[in-house]
Amino acid sequence: MSNIIITSSGNELTSQFDKRFGRAEWFCLLDNETKKSRFIKNKFVDSNHGAGTKAAELMIELKVDKIISGDFGPKAKELLEEVNIQMVIIQDSTNIKKIVDRLIV
Amino acid sequence: MSFKIAIASGKGGTGKTSISVCLQHFIKNQLTDKIQLVDCDVEEPNDLLFFPNAKKKKAHKLTQLVPVIDKSKCTFCRKCADYCEFNAISIIPSASIVHVNSNLCHSCGACLVACEHDAIKETELPIGQINFYQEENHIKLIEGELKIGSAMQTMVIKELKKYVDTANKIILYDAPPGTSCPVVETISDVDFIILVSEPTPFGLHDLKLMVELIKELNKPFSVIINKVGLGNHDIYDYLKLEQIDILGEIPFTQNFATQYAKGELLNNIPEDISDEFEKITNRLKKEIYA
Repeated sequence: MSNIIITSSGNELTSQFDKRFGRAEWFCLLDNETKKSRFIKNKFVDSNHGAGTKAAELMIELKVDKIISGDFGPKAKELLEEVNIQMVIIQDSTNIKKIVDRLIV
Repeated sequence: MSFKIAIASGKGGTGKTSISVCLQHFIKNQLTDKIQLVDCDVEEPNDLLFFPNAKKKKAHKLTQLVPVIDKSKCTFCRKCADYCEFNAISIIPSASIVHVNSNLCHSCGACLVACEHDAIKETELPIGQINFYQEENHIKLIEGELKIGSAMQTMVIKELKKYVDTANKIILYDAPPGTSCPVVETISDVDFIILVSEPTPFGLHDLKLMVELIKELNKPFSVIINKVGLGNHDIYDYLKLEQIDILGEIPFTQNFATQYAKGELLNNIPEDISDEFEKITNRLKKEIYA
């Protein structure tokens, strides 16, 4: 039972993995139990200030256990650390499906 | 009334500090000793380096007010977070999280207005200080110094300007590089802007950005081309096309650059450079006493 978020540039499994956290266009939410995934739009992608903070708040509300992204800004990190959400950094230029396949073994 | 001049550039390293320091020297010799130099490059103020005998007269600490949320009174209604334009407050009811990020806070006080449960108080957070220096018959300098880690450059500059001694005839603002908020704050209330550029592609690119910004602010300005002899001729073509006045041209000489690096900018200024500064000062005189 774990919820995993993968930052994505689009809302399909073939979409490119987005290496930014707060400024990612979409979040792919993967339920590691049912293996089902859905995409959530990042409403704060164009916010002038605190996009990372807002994204971190969403993660907490979604009861996420693990986030896979290319990097996390200091403000997002501060909040995510406080609630013990695991931050996983990968630097691969790949798509969402390939990451999901690696997670579901 | 003081006549306020900002020395700005867009690109960093074009010579804002050199020209500010030299200009205050020549203005003092040629026009008036009622001149104050104000170092607005609060992230790394360095005008002081060129006045080794200047004494620190006093310092004034600066703080910003940031909210502190009393979790025992908070009902997690999120109204303060909704009011916050800068997303500095995180309220997450499901996880009982109340979090203020002071790096995002602009001290506007909207959260205090929003809270209906008296759960928010303000506390003072240090953001930097203003330093006052003096060297007898030589320099009156004030500088803003941003605390390392703080992102409140604009706030420090705004405060710094309140401490300018308006008994002076001329105030010189050494502006920070770039074209963003700290620069806009610096040049917002000046009477004249000197843009320092260099004849390189990067220098010209950022000069264009600065010119666009100044046109929006509707301020009089002219350009000093520094490091003449380097780069290419494009900057002259641009200034001619835009009908922008050239206030002066400082030749690039290794000798002068070496003196800058040693912090001895005002010792033995090469003659061709000092001639040019005298001309610049005379041209400025027309603006100042117009």
